[in-house]
Amino acid sequence: MAERDDIVNSMASLAMFADLSRPQLEAASHTFEEEWFTDGQRILRQGFSGSNFYVILDGEAAVRINGETRAVLTRGDFFGEVSVLLGEPPTADVVALRPLRCIVLSGPDTESFLVSYPRVMYRMLQAQARRLRNANLWRG
Amino acid sequence: MERPFPPGHYPVVVVGSGPGGLQLSYVLRRLGVEHAVLSEDSGPGGMFLRYPLFQRLNTWSKPHAPAERGTRPYDWYDWNSLVGDVAEHRSTVSELMDGVSYFPARIEMCRGLSTFAARANIQVRYGCRWEGTRREDSGFTLRTSDGEYQCRLAVFAVGMAQPWRPPIPGLEDAPHYVETKPAREYAGKRVFIIGKRNSGFEIADALLPWARRIFLASPRPPVISILHSGGGVKAKYLVPLEDHVMGGGVAILDASIERVRREGALWRVFTSGPMLGPMQFEVDEVIVATGFTSPLGDLPTLGVATFNHGRLPRLTHYWESATMPGIYFAGTITQAAPGLRKHGSAGNSVAVGGFRHNARVLAHYLAHEHFGIDTPAVTLRREDLVPYLLSEVTRAPELWNQQAYLARVVRVDRSQGVFDDGIQPLAAFVDTAGPDAVAVSVEVDAKGEIHPGVYVRRDGQTSEHVLAGDPLLNFERDRHRAELENVLKGLVGGG
Repeated sequence: MAERDDIVNSMASLAMFADLSRPQLEAASHTFEEEWFTDGQRILRQGFSGSNFYVILDGEAAVRINGETRAVLTRGDFFGEVSVLLGEPPTADVVALRPLRCIVLSGPDTESFLVSYPRVMYRMLQAQARRLRNANLWRG
Repeated sequence: MERPFPPGHYPVVVVGSGPGGLQLSYVLRRLGVEHAVLSEDSGPGGMFLRYPLFQRLNTWSKPHAPAERGTRPYDWYDWNSLVGDVAEHRSTVSELMDGVSYFPARIEMCRGLSTFAARANIQVRYGCRWEGTRREDSGFTLRTSDGEYQCRLAVFAVGMAQPWRPPIPGLEDAPHYVETKPAREYAGKRVFIIGKRNSGFEIADALLPWARRIFLASPRPPVISILHSGGGVKAKYLVPLEDHVMGGGVAILDASIERVRREGALWRVFTSGPMLGPMQFEVDEVIVATGFTSPLGDLPTLGVATFNHGRLPRLTHYWESATMPGIYFAGTITQAAPGLRKHGSAGNSVAVGGFRHNARVLAHYLAHEHFGIDTPAVTLRREDLVPYLLSEVTRAPELWNQQAYLARVVRVDRSQGVFDDGIQPLAAFVDTAGPDAVAVSVEVDAKGEIHPGVYVRRDGQTSEHVLAGDPLLNFERDRHRAELENVLKGLVGGG
């Protein structure tokens, strides 16, 4: 029954939230909604406005551009942030590969969340830096 | 009088006689889908037989509105009446209101629902409690207080009015929202309300003339309807927030509740949180306003997966259990399917205004999918397509009540013509392959402004186009016509 505690525990074990104290984590957990997706369901839709920010708690999702799979996301990964930060539609679909459990923050609420939790923002920035480095390594 | 639907075999069994069950049965019957409706209550109304506690709803029914009462566009101005197909079955809530408020009294709501049920002659087996469920080769068996019902499909419209408490030490001893006493019994008392959604604010509002101090606390800052496109705490209940801002004795706190302890005649509430750090509150009364859960009975053990503390089933876009085919849901439980969640908004399936339309869509879907009963698609003239779609986004109640959630879908066949495919869940349209078609919805952007949304499916690919807004919400202007014609260019063949 204690799924909210379960969400707090799941969040606590993710790198993104690793710097938050327990009370901060609890408060942060209430800012997100829990959402489930069945396999094959689209979560982010390429070219559609109004997407949100998602963090994966369980499951797997594919990042697809024009139907071609470019990456697979798993527990602890997040997506939708580029679209939310830039206010532009996502350039890829994100599709659940099996039952996918996420926490979601609405696009309009994401800025105030990140500003309220700068340590989460810093961790996100690190993850983004890693993605950028890997992309550059690829090209090189 | 003989009670309808004795135990036996039925193609569909609907459980519940609140607005969700009544609306579904109404449309199923008109479509010719044989079904039984069972309810443990003694009459129609569902949760409105008891709630809201302080006897008035927070959703409007406007006796005088921009659209004529009894017409389809009027349904947008009357969120609480069920949707009928003939004038006599429409607007039964607003018709009976006394004019004191445009939020109906609970009793007016009940009268409106029972009037709808009586005029439409909706049959329900009342006093029949669903007690258990078994899966069979050909469907399900529902065990009830009257005997067993076999069915291919079961639809649960059992509401979400069972008190729910988060697992916080001591909370199990504190009175829940449903146990709140008459307001005058809180005269001169310090009251601690746990929860900052509508039910918490509803109580705070009612106690303003009586309580000495009111604390409203939960971890998340309040989400306010007027700042979040209609979601969250309704303006009707915002007086406690104004009192808090002005320092009148109401305190609205963002804090986690650690535990609650009874100390003789008093209560002690322990909180923590980044805002205030650890705190203790000594109060005379505690009220747990942490919401409700749906009474799903043994469905989870049967294989119906749930989420959100087991309070809601995981659903498909057409409100079928994601893990147990053949089990559907109607009524407020359909909020478990959030749709596209554009800009965070998940439609309005939580309220009658929204889920009444879901129930109509579900009835058509069940008839088509499981019984081969189709409503013939209306053919449109090609030159009428653009004006028709703009008329829909300007006044269709389904699109206004269920923003970015339900859509009007028109199929375009270059050789056969243009066909109205009715109202469908927008998520199902954009995520399902199909023939060339266009879907329109009404939706709110990141700034809270309302726009028409247009989704064009062409050669299997679906694109999104958000049209310009309008200060008077009239989307039938020349600029909208030109914009939509441009979006649909090449989709419609011929002239």
